[in-house]
Amino acid sequence: MSLMKSLLAGAALTLMPLAAFADPALIFDLGGKFDKSFNEAAYQGAERWKAETGGSYKELEMQSEAMREQALRRLAETGANPIVMTGFAFGEVLDKVAPDYPDTKFVIIDTSVDKPNVQSVEFSEEQGSYLAGVLAAEASKSGTVGFVGGMDIPLIHKFECGYAQGFKATKPDGKLIINYTGTTPAAWNDPVKGGELVKAQVSQGADVIYAAAGATGIGVLQAAADAKILSIGVDSNQNHLHPGQVLTSMVKGVDNSVYEAFKAGADVKPGHKLMDLASGGVSVAMDDNNKPLITPEMADSVAKAETGIKDGAIKVHDYMTDNTCPVK
Amino acid sequence: MDFATVIQILDSALRLMVPLLLACLAGLYSERAGVFDIGLEGKMLMAAFCAASVAYATGNAWLGLLAGIAGAVALAVVHGLASITFRGNQLISGVAINFLASGLTVLLGQKIFGLGGRTPSLEGAARFTEITLPFADALRGVPVLGRIYADLISGHSVLVYLALATVPLTWWVLYRTRFGLRLRAVGENPASVDTAGVSVTRLRYAAVLICGLLCGIAGTYLATAISAGFVKEMTAGRGFIALAALIFAKWRPWGALGACLLFGLLEAIANRFPNLDLGFVTVPSMFMNALPYILTVIILAGFVGRAIPPRAGGEPYVKER
Repeated sequence: MSLMKSLLAGAALTLMPLAAFADPALIFDLGGKFDKSFNEAAYQGAERWKAETGGSYKELEMQSEAMREQALRRLAETGANPIVMTGFAFGEVLDKVAPDYPDTKFVIIDTSVDKPNVQSVEFSEEQGSYLAGVLAAEASKSGTVGFVGGMDIPLIHKFECGYAQGFKATKPDGKLIINYTGTTPAAWNDPVKGGELVKAQVSQGADVIYAAAGATGIGVLQAAADAKILSIGVDSNQNHLHPGQVLTSMVKGVDNSVYEAFKAGADVKPGHKLMDLASGGVSVAMDDNNKPLITPEMADSVAKAETGIKDGAIKVHDYMTDNTCPVK
Repeated sequence: MDFATVIQILDSALRLMVPLLLACLAGLYSERAGVFDIGLEGKMLMAAFCAASVAYATGNAWLGLLAGIAGAVALAVVHGLASITFRGNQLISGVAINFLASGLTVLLGQKIFGLGGRTPSLEGAARFTEITLPFADALRGVPVLGRIYADLISGHSVLVYLALATVPLTWWVLYRTRFGLRLRAVGENPASVDTAGVSVTRLRYAAVLICGLLCGIAGTYLATAISAGFVKEMTAGRGFIALAALIFAKWRPWGALGACLLFGLLEAIANRFPNLDLGFVTVPSMFMNALPYILTVIILAGFVGRAIPPRAGGEPYVKER
């Protein structure tokens, strides 16, 4: 018996270093790794870590809803640590899977899961979207701006609500047109419908349109550029897609979160991590592509709103706290 | 709701109708000849990918169209081989084609462009741009009719007009030519066609190839006319709505036009009025988007007329010995 025990202990000891130096893993959600947006930002964070440390990581791209649990368990069993996943849709699955692998650290982006080995990273999208709304209000000549959401879920309403608040704060009597692409995950991959929604909004007078719709947003930005109006990108910096025609992009620091999680390795701190404007988690992208579009007054208003939010003078309501939005 | 809004909604309905109409007519040829085809979605997807890739590589939308047609026809040949030559189950072959297209487009796209199955955005001559019909601007001033001509009829890509022309053409082919008569007969009673000394196999292959051709145009329209480039799964279920439209149209060309226009109109209205307020009740856009399927079920249940599919549909023909 004691022989057995020491054998087991020996086996455990030899396995230990392996576990400690395990590769991290990254799981992309249904939008796909190269969605020019949310998932791509995560990919870039992982690539930055790879370039700096020379390490390697495992990656998996979801193809269907049914894959989630299997993918998580498979990666956990191969000893990957930490396992980072992008997307709120992993929430329920992770809640079930995490307790089965107490020695593995999980990082989930965009929702929170209360488990001792899970780090939940959430972004204050409403604050970044508020700034986008301020810019849209200043850039709009017609006083009407649009919003195209992807799948109709609370998370996207959070973007919409922040945008609406920023817009209304700057132009109280302006008009905001809101459309959602659909109610199924197919809504993240329908550029045709995205473009058609833009045309419908343009015919109602919108001249700045904010897309929070994954790959559907590619169609939104394209249709806006075709119609010679301005658009606002999301998650990654999308200003370069149509230089001079994308007003700005509401950037989420998904890349930084992934990078930091990978860097910390197995020592990722479990718990909640809120990435807001003050901590640089969200921002509006300013670069050479949109420089001609941003007037000094616009830059001023954004800077003012930014300090207002940081020191608490401006309170941006988070839709997900009570599923309502103070402005319509 | 003013006149300008009505025009805009109809304009949008027309654009949204085109891929449905082409796919619906594609299905019509195939099913009228007795070959069920639920692979319309996959063929369109493949066509969209081929068209966008070639249009990007050559900078020519017309070469893209040829490539799109080639891609869809290639899958149509697979369907023909499986269901006509080897007498396999037509539904299973269709499902397989959908899966094949869904995977193959992303795989090839990633291999060629490295953008995760997306093709780069198309610009300039690589896209089918909107064309203005003659006198459109001059006639805009004419009340009502001028606006309808300038804003509704004019200003679409050439593929839209091509799709609209396909409807009378299909009607003429099906009901006024010898080929059409035989095509319809082969879907109802292939044995009698065979007895008359006409090859069932050849007729069915012809129908399946025409189906591929039309799906090719539909996919090309999605990727190079109404948007600028391919995105994975960009057909977003339009092939299945087209099948619903085919049942709704009771397998007739003019009916297909009506059904697709209705479905396009429903989507356009849902886009324009996410929450349609009818005064006494507010209709959410989810309901509008589900309406095509609901209407199809109602038709299938036999509440509004009867939809009778071609009698020999779905069954491989075995020659008597």
